[in-house]
Amino acid sequence: MRAVVWIAEGTWEACVDHALELVPGDAEMTLLHVAPADVEDVAARGAARLLGRRPPPVPGPPLRAIAEEEAQALLASAQSRLGRAAQLESRRGRVEREVVDACAGADLLVVARDGELRAGPKSLGPQTRFVVDHAPCQVLLVWAAEPAPGPPEPDRHRQPPGP
Amino acid sequence: MNEAVSLVALAAILIAAVARARWAPDWVVAVLGAALVLAVGAISFSGARSALRELGPTVGFLAALLLLADGCRRAGMFDALGAWMARGARQSPSRLLALVFIAAAATTAVLSLDATIVLLTPIVFATAARLPANPRPHVYACSHLANSASLLLPVSNLTNLLAFHASGLSFARFGGLMALPWLVALAIEWLIFTRSFSSELRHSATRRPQPPALDLPVFALCVLAATLAGFVLSSAVGVAPVWVAAAGALVLQVRARPPLKELVLATEPTLLVFVLGLGIVVAAAGQHGLSGAVTSILPDGHELPALLGIAAVSAVAANLVNNLPATLIILPVVAASGPGAVLAMLVGVNVGPNLTYVGSLATLLWRRIVHAHDEETDIGEFTRLGVRTVPLILVASTLALWLALQVV
Repeated sequence: MRAVVWIAEGTWEACVDHALELVPGDAEMTLLHVAPADVEDVAARGAARLLGRRPPPVPGPPLRAIAEEEAQALLASAQSRLGRAAQLESRRGRVEREVVDACAGADLLVVARDGELRAGPKSLGPQTRFVVDHAPCQVLLVWAAEPAPGPPEPDRHRQPPGP
Repeated sequence: MNEAVSLVALAAILIAAVARARWAPDWVVAVLGAALVLAVGAISFSGARSALRELGPTVGFLAALLLLADGCRRAGMFDALGAWMARGARQSPSRLLALVFIAAAATTAVLSLDATIVLLTPIVFATAARLPANPRPHVYACSHLANSASLLLPVSNLTNLLAFHASGLSFARFGGLMALPWLVALAIEWLIFTRSFSSELRHSATRRPQPPALDLPVFALCVLAATLAGFVLSSAVGVAPVWVAAAGALVLQVRARPPLKELVLATEPTLLVFVLGLGIVVAAAGQHGLSGAVTSILPDGHELPALLGIAAVSAVAANLVNNLPATLIILPVVAASGPGAVLAMLVGVNVGPNLTYVGSLATLLWRRIVHAHDEETDIGEFTRLGVRTVPLILVASTLALWLALQVV
């Protein structure tokens, strides 16, 4: 069995903990981080919007290097929390598409709900919803933290037909 | 003939500025364009001289402001801002966004949008990535606030500097009239950003890296505060604000003692030449039909419907040809209708560019043509944010401006 655990900045701890608890010990694990490519572009090419200006190069490491360094640091933290052998995979691009691509050939994807802590459509952000909708494998959907008690919020758009 | 020559010269400068070809730098094309309209008589020597006299103080002011921002960078102010945001965020991405809003709004208002785009944005990117948080909301916020938070002061945007000189307002009255529109713009950006990025902002991990030490550049902060106070008091004591900016820049740069070459480059001399050349060509085009065309499009007067119309037309113009040429073209026409119309134009040219990712439709088309085989940038998010914020801010901030004009 091959399991992919999506390591996202705010929710990775819950993913790792549930993966440790629920994924069989002999499964081959991949910890996956995806950096959004559009952000670097917006940050770096903002100067292109300033007509007629030639801003001097900003000192310090380029944004790509910072992004890669932090992705590696996050994956290393996740691995040490997991405490067992895992492959580390770092990608950049459109986050939701890269996650779906990375699941090719995998049997299971572990992903956290990144929205409201209450069952219902708002418990998934748009990128996570895309991943859940398009993942080519089984999906283990975990809560990022203890969800609020109470009945789930009704989905007004997609209610099943009544009796 | 003169009409055709000045319009062709204007088009050539805009194309050069957008294309950024190595063999035809925009400032060289601007100088050649100015020489051409002079040579064919599309503008007289006295006309050119009066255009330069109009623009000269603004360009000097811009140079002083660029040196002031450069002095702040040398003093470590932006690194200190990064450390302040990282410590204040206490691991929470939404608290970090609030601090980014404060930092970007203040940097843009006091040191201009250039400082936010060139100096603050990379710091915000690194701060968010190291939190660790998804840097998307924070970087997009910098990019948006560089435009929408540039409404407040004459020094916040080059467009404001140009309009400030033409409006005849004092520094303090300009800021007083634009305070409410600025706050309204910030409030709308905050509402839209926290809703659009709710899933990126909701959860924070518990990993606690050592927050960076906060090393406040006290001297630079004092100089900046004194400069700001000097701006506000400048008209009361009868000193042009350009001298206040020059004094602040001088104090910071004397302390840092950078090499002369770096100092000259920090004033971006090519930009200053570009603005002067473009100004002469726009003045020539204005005398030969351009002003008449703009007058026929723009609503007249300073009542609310006219102000809304001026803001909307200015926003469209800024999106077509970039905000600097749009300002130079529209300003002479609206200046005749009084300061209210000038400030409404600024709402349009400053907020409008958030609609297009690269600042104008012209730049976007150019990049599509030239970089067709490059890695495709995902401009969907930027466009979605622009569509949600820009029309709303244009209307609400113009309304706030109209209210301010009634009471301030």
